[in-house]
Formats: sequence, structure tokens, C-alpha cells
Amino acid sequence: MTPAPTAAEPGAAPPPLLTVEGLTKHFPVRSGAFGRKAFVRAVDGIDFEVRPGETLGLVGESGCGKSTTGRLLARLLEPTGGRITFDGRDITHLGRRELRPLRQQLQIIFQDPYASLNPRHTVGKIVAMPLMVNGIDPPGGIKRRVQELLEIVGLNPEHYNRYPHEFSGGQRQRIGIARALALRPKLIVADEPVSALDVSIQAQIINLLRGLQRELGLAFVFIAHDLAVVRHFCQRVAVMYLGKIVEIGDRDDIYTRPRHPYTRALLSAVPEVNGSARERIRLVGDVPTPLNPPSGCRFRTRCWKATEVCATREPPLVGDGDGTRAACHYPEQGPGQSVVDGREGAMEGRAS
Amino acid sequence: MLRFLVKKILLALTTLAAVSVLTFGLFFVVPTNPAELMCGQGKTVCSAERVAMIERRMGLDQPIHKQYVDFMRGIFVGRTIGSGETARECPAPCLGYSFRSDEPVMNIVARTLPVTLSIVSGAAVVWLVLGVSIGMISALRQGTVFDRIAVGTSLVGASMPILLFGPLLLIVLVYETGLLSYPRYTPITENPLAWASALVLPWFALGFLNSATYARLARAQMLETLSEDFVRTARAKGLPKLAVYARHALRAAITPIVTIAGLDIGIYLGGTVITETVFGFTGLGKTALNAALNLDMPIVMATVLLAAVFVVAANVVVDVLYAVIDPRVRLN
Amino acid sequence: MTVTPAEQAAEAAAVGAGGVGPERELIGRSPGRLALMRLRRDRVAIVSGAMLLVFILVAVCAPLIERLYGVGPLDRFPDRLDANGFPLGYAGVDADHWLGIQPGIGRDIFIQIVYGLRTSLMIAFTGATLTLILGIVLGIVAGYLGGWVDAVITWVLDLVLAFPFYIFCFAMVPLAVHQFYGPRDQESVWFRPALLVLIFVLFNWTSTARLVRGQVLSLREREFVEAARASGAGLGHLLFRQLLPNLWAPILVTYSLNLPSLVTAEAALSFLGIGVLEPTPDLGRLISDSVLYIRDVPSFTIVGGTTLFLLVLAFNLFGDAVRDALDPKSTR
Repeated sequence: MTPAPTAAEPGAAPPPLLTVEGLTKHFPVRSGAFGRKAFVRAVDGIDFEVRPGETLGLVGESGCGKSTTGRLLARLLEPTGGRITFDGRDITHLGRRELRPLRQQLQIIFQDPYASLNPRHTVGKIVAMPLMVNGIDPPGGIKRRVQELLEIVGLNPEHYNRYPHEFSGGQRQRIGIARALALRPKLIVADEPVSALDVSIQAQIINLLRGLQRELGLAFVFIAHDLAVVRHFCQRVAVMYLGKIVEIGDRDDIYTRPRHPYTRALLSAVPEVNGSARERIRLVGDVPTPLNPPSGCRFRTRCWKATEVCATREPPLVGDGDGTRAACHYPEQGPGQSVVDGREGAMEGRAS
Repeated sequence: MLRFLVKKILLALTTLAAVSVLTFGLFFVVPTNPAELMCGQGKTVCSAERVAMIERRMGLDQPIHKQYVDFMRGIFVGRTIGSGETARECPAPCLGYSFRSDEPVMNIVARTLPVTLSIVSGAAVVWLVLGVSIGMISALRQGTVFDRIAVGTSLVGASMPILLFGPLLLIVLVYETGLLSYPRYTPITENPLAWASALVLPWFALGFLNSATYARLARAQMLETLSEDFVRTARAKGLPKLAVYARHALRAAITPIVTIAGLDIGIYLGGTVITETVFGFTGLGKTALNAALNLDMPIVMATVLLAAVFVVAANVVVDVLYAVIDPRVRLN
Repeated sequence: MTVTPAEQAAEAAAVGAGGVGPERELIGRSPGRLALMRLRRDRVAIVSGAMLLVFILVAVCAPLIERLYGVGPLDRFPDRLDANGFPLGYAGVDADHWLGIQPGIGRDIFIQIVYGLRTSLMIAFTGATLTLILGIVLGIVAGYLGGWVDAVITWVLDLVLAFPFYIFCFAMVPLAVHQFYGPRDQESVWFRPALLVLIFVLFNWTSTARLVRGQVLSLREREFVEAARASGAGLGHLLFRQLLPNLWAPILVTYSLNLPSLVTAEAALSFLGIGVLEPTPDLGRLISDSVLYIRDVPSFTIVGGTTLFLLVLAFNLFGDAVRDALDPKSTR
């Protein structure tokens, strides 16, 4: 494994742990028995990076490709194009054997607490699975390590011999987290880890993850559709729409000064508890099909600012120098304001 | 819908083609010398000239692939079997000539198939009517005495082999009490009444035993359908019980029953051998059995193929029926 | 097959409620153990299970029983028959011959049944086990690998289903016999049973393979399998450590369905003269022999047939109970 290129001066930012460039995944689909082959462009060229110990949130509505991205990162799917670099190595098309040592560093937590644990295995066996698969025998034995992990995630280590059906949803999610931690990974892809849980349990799990991040220095790619949760946990946020990243930047920046109209619409839908009545932007129309995404800017069919430029030229992901980048020809300026060629206030279907 | 039908038929034809090749191979290729087998019947060794004569007569001296092609061609347009002065014309659909009786197999089939058809059709009516109605009533009266008795009886019926039930019926109804006479088959064209009265025993034997399976199936299906939300909605709307059950629940519950009934009929058409043996009928199955014991290959080959055609055809019919009843199937 | 979340929660609550001391190691209740507990509570399961056990014991200890009883299956007692070949007294039943004497050939019926059970169960269990293995392997391969492998296996499955089982048996058994044994050779005692088992396996693997394939298809994309892949697990681990433990339910279901069907099929074939021959005792052949004397000694047929019936019934009842225990949602 080639060592990651280190920065020359001390105090410089550490090199990114995970770099994704132009990552693409197209699923072939056959329409009808003798139909033409079409492609679902689930992920269509995305770029981002994650630094050690950092949490990147990946948000978007259902079908935007964020789950597919998560699986691409864990190499559960084979990318159609682009490059994934993890810890200095290009892992885009590595075979299973070469991938194995790297897999120990990159783990994944799943959404469904009921489907992510093998119902026929005891909890101990489930959590020990990564160790057994990789032939690792930790000092003190596997059992001790598993009980250690159970304690770390807040479960009773005595429950080593219980079966998944004897636990609640939140507890099962903890088991999944314990399993992901078994190999001491550097980065965890969390695919909507709290979406299937009750709100009160969600908070517990998120706090657990935060604690783990602090103590173990873990990096996260946190996939979610709930912006409130993402705000609580992530330092940086990337917004996806129809297979592309439309905005990426620091959490605070994005939440206070969203540039992309889509981000704005998303944020306006988040219920705000402390009183300030925000205008709710209602997007008109349905999400276009990923089989045949709109030309140019993909969001233009639902965007209130779209012009001919948006249909002909795909906006690049660029920023105005302060770290946040957005892919829009007419990025929003300032908090909650929309000034576009005199069409101020022309937001369709504004809720009163 | 048309595309669905075409696809199913194409698939059926490929399966049948494969079956014909396999069967042909099994009977005429695998045995080292089919002519010798037929001649000696496994009991004696025939002279070489006799074997050669048989080969010529049955067309077995031709290369294998030519034999197969001839056989298939014979089915559709007829062919000439044998060569030289032993050549015989065999009009379509030609299934070969019986070695033992030198009769066109088609004639034998024409004689015996109606027997099997008679048995199966009557039994099918019995088991469908009896089984489905008992099953449905059982479901509607779940937990009552009727239900318990019905469930118990169907369990017994499903486990009872016809080996026992048939003779039992004979003992009770024919030999001990003399209520019925020992069945003797009469074709329906000759005397419908005699035909029906002869078939009563096999109809009841086969029908009653099979009805057990259908009663259990119908009951399970009906129970499941009755617990569905749409039935609850229909009742909540105030529809009378009968309307709900007959119009809504029945339709949903009936599909798997149709499927299995179709498949069963297809399989049984291929030969209800035990029933035929127990009651002394000579149907397709019994003929195949006798022919096999006599190593009369052409008859056996023809019956296997015929039975396969029935099964495959039944599959297609059932698939189409299913698609008609349940639109999800044809829209895939 | 797993228990519904609601029931799991109830069960978990029951388990968790009981306070457990910190020293004692907790043993969880696996889904398998829960099924076993349900089975133990089912009275029908216990009764039928006991019946099966008795049958199996009788079959296994047949030689011992013969020694205690004093009569062998091949021993004849012509002095117990009258001039017409019928047994003296009531069907020849007395202290020495608990179930009477066979008319004509004069053998003891009880010991025939004991050894006949042995034959039936041996063939049934061997056949069912081999079927299971073949079905599981093909089912897993087809389900997990998908693609053209799956397409080929499914097509072969449909092909096998098109073949008529009984007619194929009639055709193949005499052919195979004459292939291996000339007209003057004596057949080995193991040949027919082995041949029957082979044909059974060739036909029966389809149901197991289909069920296993379906289950594998539904499990293949489950997240716990993905988790194993994400940790670097190879195909072996995924198939045998992750998937196989979840396949026990469909495997048990088909095994429990196959056993009685094999018993019935074997008896039927022997009844028709295609199955197990003299001198090996066999229930089917016993019934077939008895039918000749059905007018005069009906008890003979009834005894043989009832044994077969009870055996199949026990299998069916126990099988039903096992299936229920594995999936309590099914409507009974």
C-alpha cells in the first residue's frame, strides 16, 4: 500500500482519506422483452472528498442516487466510471482479494435494522463476522473483543448469545454499528442509519455516532434525507439531485446561505421549531426519470428560475471562493433572498 | 396479451421438442439394440436374421437422426415405415407401429384415450365441485363442527392411497353388498347410460380422494381472502354476505385452484394407471404399462410423448387463464 | 422462515422480562428453537410423531422382530391353507400368525408387513435425502448466481415437470433391467430399489430446487448478506454461513412433503409390477397380490392397505405440524 502523500509543513490540512472523482453508475434496463436497452443513470459523475475524522453528509430525496453512492463507496457495486481513491489507493476496480485489506478500513452501516442482521445468527456471531471472515484473532480472543464492542455501542455484553429478534430496532442498529467497528475502520458509510427508527431513538443513535467519531477519530459519509438530522451530525454537506451533486460545502454555510435553488427548497421544508415563519417553497412537478434526465441542468424542470441557458448548458460545480460550491447558472445570493433578473419574488406556488 | 400468449406457446414448443428428443434418445439410442430387445422381450435370445428383419421392418436400420426426423415428420404429415416389401404406409398423425400387434399406435391410442378421458373428466368434476364447495363452506364456517369434520376428512382423504380406497369401495359396494356391479367400460357413443354407470366407481374413487386436496386448498385460500382488507370494506359498505363472498372473495380465492386443477388434469390425462388397474379399465396408462412390460417400444414412446403434450398444453392453458383472471400477470 | 416482528416482540418481552443474574450466561432462543417449542405444544404433532417413530423402529428392528416372532417373510405354511388355497379359519389369524396367512402362497402376513415397511421406509428416506441434496445444490446455484445459469436450471426444471412420472417409470424400468441383465441373468436384489431411487430423485428434485431458489432470491439482496460482502466475505461464506441457515425452513418443508409422496409412489409402482420384485417384501406388491383374493379374503387387502394408509397419514400429519411450527401465520 503506497503511503498517502503527506503535507510538507506541520499544521497543514491532512490529505483526504477518501476522494471521489467523476463517479458514475449506470444500471442497464431492458424495456419489454425485445425492447432497447436503456440505462438508469443513478449516479452520473460526482466528485467529493472526505478528510480523516470528518463527517460528510449526503442528502437528497428518494431516488437521487445517494444510496447507490454509498454502495459504490463500499464497493458493493462496481462503478461504471470515475475513480475512488481511499487512503491513497485507487480502489475503483480492485478485485475481491486486493480489496480485502482495504475493506477493513471502510465499513458500512445499513438502514433497515431488521434486514441488516442475519436472523439465524447470535449477536455475538454477527458482530464477530468481520473478524472471522478476515481471519483475525484479536489478543484476548474474539469473544472478548465482541463484548468490548457491544459495550462501546451501549449494549449489555451479556447479550452475546441472544438473537436479533429479541432486540428492539434501536438496539439492532447498535449491533450493526458494533459490527462495523469490529475491524477498526477509518471511515464508515452510514446509509440512512436512523431513517427507520423512532424519533427519540434517532437522537440516541446519532449521539452514539458522534461520540464514536470523537473518541475513535472516525470519518463518516452520512447518507440521509432528513436535513435536521444531518445538521446535527455533519460538518460538511453535499446535496444530490438525480445523480449529481448540486451543492457541496460547510454545514453552517449551506444551512444559512444555500446557493442552489434545490437546496433552498429542501431547507424551506424543514420544520423550524423556534418560531421564524419561513416561506415554504413548493416545487412543481415530479422528479424526472433517471432513464432520461433533462438536458443541461437537471433541476430546470422544477426550478422557478430556469431559462434557455439552463436547458443547453450543464452548470459546473463552482463556488465563489469561500468553500461552498453550487451547480447553478443563477445561484442564490444571501440568506432567503432570490434576486434573478428582476423576477424577484416569482417563486411559484408560494405557501401563504 | 397476444405477446404473452406467443411467448408461452413458443416456450411450450421448445419444451416439447426437447422432450421428444430425450424420449427418442432414451428408447432408441440408449439401448444397445432396440430391435433385439423388442424381439426377445428380454426372455429369449433371437437369431441374428430375425433381429435384422425386425430392424428393417421398423425402420431401425436407418441412421439415428434420420429415424428421429422420420418420426417427427410422421406425426405431422405421415410417413412410410420400414423398407422394401415390409414398407407400410402410416398416415398422419403417425405414432409408429406397435411391434407386438402390428397395429398403428394411433389406433391403439384412439381406442384407449377415450377411456382415460372419461375417467379423468368425470373425476375432475367430482373433485372440483366437492372439494371446492366443502373447502369454501368450511372457511365460511370456520371453527364449527362442520369445519372440524371437513378438515379431518380431508386429511384422511389426502393420505389415503387409491390402492386401498379403490379395493375398499369394491369390497363394500360390489362384493359384500352387491349395490353396484363390477364396472365394465362401454364407450359413451354406444350407450351413455352404461358408460356413466360403469364409471361411477372410478369417478368417485379418484374424485373423492383428490377432493381432499382441493378442499384444503380452497379452505386456506378462502380464509386468506376473507381476512383481506377489501372484503372488510365490502362488508362495511353494507353489501349482503352472499354478494361479498360470491362476487368478491370467490374471484380472488379461485385463481390458485384453477391453476392447480389445470395442472392436475394435464398430469392425470397422461394416465390414471392405478385407477385403471384397480377397476379393470384399459386406458392410456394401462396400455403403456403393458407395452412397457412387453418392451413394445413404439407404444411406450408414443404414450410418453402424448402425456408430455397434455402436461405442457395444460400449463399453457392455465397460464393464459391466469393472465385473463389476473391482469398483473400479462402486464408483467 | 422468521417469525413476524409482532410475535418476536412478544416473545422477546417474555424472555426479557424474567430477570437474569449477571453471572449466568444468557442463551438466546433461536428461531429454530422457537419452532421446536411450538411443535412440542401441538398434540397432533406428538401423536403422529410417535406413530412415525413406531413405524421406523419396526422397520429398523425387523430382523429382531422376526427372531422374536419366530416366522420369516419367506416361510410358507401350506398346511394352513385349504384345498382351494384359502387360509383356514378367519383369514388364518391365530396366535402364531397375528394377521393371518397369504392365500395361495401361504406366507405370514404380519412379518410381510414388517419387512414391507422396512423396504418402503428405506427407499423413501434414501430417495428423499438424495433429492434434498440435489435440490438444495441446484436451488442455491440457480438462485444465487442468477443469469444464464439460473435460466438453464429453470428450463431444465420445466422440462422435467413435463415428463409423465408413472409412464416414464414403466418405460425406463424394464429398459434399464434389460440393459443390465440378459434374459438368463438373475437380477440383484439391490438393482430395482436403486433404480427406483434414481428415478425418484430425477423427478423430485424440482420442488426442493424451486423453493430453495425462491428463498435464495429473496435473501440474496438482504442487507446482512451485503454486510458480509462489505467485510470481504467470499462465496463460500456467503452461501454456507449466511444463506444456508436461513434455508432450513423451505428445506424441511419439502423434505416433509417428499417423504409421503415417495412412499405412495413406491407402493404404486410395486402394485403395478414395476417396482420391487420377489422375494423382497413390499407393501405395494402385497396389496397387489391381495386384490386377486378380494372377494374371498377381503381382510388381506384391508390389512395391507391400512398399513400403507397409516404410514402416509402419520407422515402427512407430522409434516403439517412441522410446517405450521415453522410458519405460524398459515391458516389451518
